Amino acid sequence: MAKEYETVIGLEVHVELATKTKIFCSCSTEFGGAPNTHTCPVCTGMPGSLPVLNKQVVEYAAAVGLATNCTITQYCKFDRKNYFYPDNPQNYQISQLYLPICRDGKVEIETEAGTKNIGIHEIHMEEDAGKLVHDEWEDVSVVDYNRSGVPLIEIVSEPDMRSADEVIAYLEKLRMIVQYLGASDCKLNEGSMRADVNLSVREVGAKEFGTRTEMKNLNSFKAIARAIEGERERQIDLLEAGEKVIQETRRWDDTKGESYPMRSKEDAQDYRYFPEPDLVPIVISDEWLKEIKDRQPELQTEKMIRYKEEYDIPEYDAKIITGHKKLADIFEATTKLCNKPKKVSNWLMVETMRLLKENDMEPEDITFSPKNLATLIELTEAGTINSSVAKEVFEEVFKKDIDPNQYVEEKGLKTVNDEGALRATIEQVMKENPQSVEDYRNGKEKAIGFLVGQTMKAMKGKANPGMVNKILKELL
Amino acid sequence: MANIISDETIEYVGILAKLELNEEEKERAKKDMGEMLDYIDKLNELDTAGIEPMSHVFPVQNVFREDVVTNGDGSEETLRNAPEEKDGGFKVPKTIG
Repeated sequence: MAKEYETVIGLEVHVELATKTKIFCSCSTEFGGAPNTHTCPVCTGMPGSLPVLNKQVVEYAAAVGLATNCTITQYCKFDRKNYFYPDNPQNYQISQLYLPICRDGKVEIETEAGTKNIGIHEIHMEEDAGKLVHDEWEDVSVVDYNRSGVPLIEIVSEPDMRSADEVIAYLEKLRMIVQYLGASDCKLNEGSMRADVNLSVREVGAKEFGTRTEMKNLNSFKAIARAIEGERERQIDLLEAGEKVIQETRRWDDTKGESYPMRSKEDAQDYRYFPEPDLVPIVISDEWLKEIKDRQPELQTEKMIRYKEEYDIPEYDAKIITGHKKLADIFEATTKLCNKPKKVSNWLMVETMRLLKENDMEPEDITFSPKNLATLIELTEAGTINSSVAKEVFEEVFKKDIDPNQYVEEKGLKTVNDEGALRATIEQVMKENPQSVEDYRNGKEKAIGFLVGQTMKAMKGKANPGMVNKILKELL
Repeated sequence: MANIISDETIEYVGILAKLELNEEEKERAKKDMGEMLDYIDKLNELDTAGIEPMSHVFPVQNVFREDVVTNGDGSEETLRNAPEEKDGGFKVPKTIG
C-alpha cells in the first residue's frame, strides 16, 4: 500500500514598509527612480557613514505585531548578518536576530476545511538589498542600489500550514492586515510583499518533521500554489526512491514548473551575526505602545460590522468587500458620491469580481475611479441607460476608467424611451415571428421572452426593457 | 599557544571572507587566530555570571530620525565608487540569485 504523506509548511514573508524614507538614511523609497538616484553613503555602505533609525519603521512594525497578536519586545536591538553578494554593498545586512521587535503572535485563517490559527514565530525589522539587473547584451549584471536600505519587516510563521490552500489564506490574511494598517501596499508582482516557502514532508502520523527546503522567487499566489505542489512531489519522489531530502535553498522557475538549488557549497550559510555597533537599543515604553495602539485604523471586523449597520448590505457582501482594503476604499468613496450602497456593492460583487477573474487580476490592480462608477450608477438609476448597456459601459470603466456620461453620449447608448419608435419595431418583430406570437396567444407565456429578445436586438440593446414588455403585452 | 587552528578552519574562514591565501599567509593567519582565541580564553576566565551582555558602549537609547526625505539625487557621488559603470548602475560579474 502506498504511504500517505503530510506536507508541513512555514512561511517567511518580507513586506516593504510604506515609509517615505529608507530605514537608516533620508533617501527616498519611491519605486521606479532612475538607477542609483536614491542613494547616499549610508545606503551604499561607505566606510565611516552612520545609520540612524527611521522612527516610522518601529511604529509600523509594532502596529503589525499588535494586529497579529504578538508580544512586543519593548527592549529590542539590531544585529549584523554577514554575507557577500553584489546587491549588498555593506557586505552585511542590518537585521534582528536576538531581540526581534515582535514575537509569539497568531492569525486566524479560514479555508474550506474551517478556521485555524497560524502561529507567528517572530517579526523583525531589516533593510532591503539593491537590485541586480542581468544585461541582455553583455555577460554581466548591473546593480541599482535604490532599493538598498528600504525598510522591510520579515514575518516568520510557525510550521503550522499543511496545504497550499492554507498558505494562500494565511498570505491573504497578512496582506489584508498590513494594508489596513497602511504599513505597505503588499504588491506581490512589484516585490513589496515576498514569500519564501519552507516545506517538508513526513509520513502521516510521524512525530518528527522531515528535512525542509526553502523556496524563493515566488511572485504570485498561483506560483506559490504551484511551487508547493511541485516541491511536495519532488520530496515524496526522493523518499520513495530511498533517497534523502537535502536541506537547501531552491529557486522556483514558474514557467518550467520546477525548482533547482540556488547556492553552491562555496556559499556557506554562516552569517556570523553579532550586535550592530552603529545603532543604539530601542526602548518602546508602555506610553509609546499605547499611542501606536490608539492610532490603529478601523480593521476588517469592525468595518464589516459597520457596513452591515450603516449601509444595510448583506453580511456576505460586507465580508467580501472588507476582505480587500482596495475594494473597501472604492466602496466607501463611491457610496459617498452616489449614496446607493447596495448598487455599489452589487457592481463590486458581480461585474468587478467577474472582470478581475477573467483578467487574472487582484483587487489591488483595480484602476477605475469611484467617480466614474458613481456616474454609471446614476445613469442606470435615472433610466438613461438600461442594465445591459450599463454592463457594457462598466467594462470600459474597468479597463480605461472612461467617463460614462461622455461615453454614452458619443456611442449613442441612451435608452430609447420613444413609445412610437418602440411600437413600430415591436410590430415589425411580431410580423416576422408569427409562430412565437401564436405560441404566446395559445398560453405559452415563455414565448414573450423570445420576442423581447428580438426587439432588443433590433434596437441594438438600447430599448427600455420595461416599456418593451408593456407594449408587447398590449399588442399581443 | 593553547589554540591550534586547523587547515580546514583557515580554509573555511578564507571562503567566508572571500580571501585566497598562499601557504605562507595561511600559516601566519593560523598563528594570529590562535593567539586571538588564547586572548578570548583569558577574558573567559572572568566570572560574568549575572552581568547583562553589553551591546553598546554608551548608555544611549532611542536615537531616531523623522520620516522626511532630505537627500536628493546621490547617483553621481555613488557612481564615483563604481569600478565599472553601465546604464547608471554598477557593472559586476554576472550574478543570478
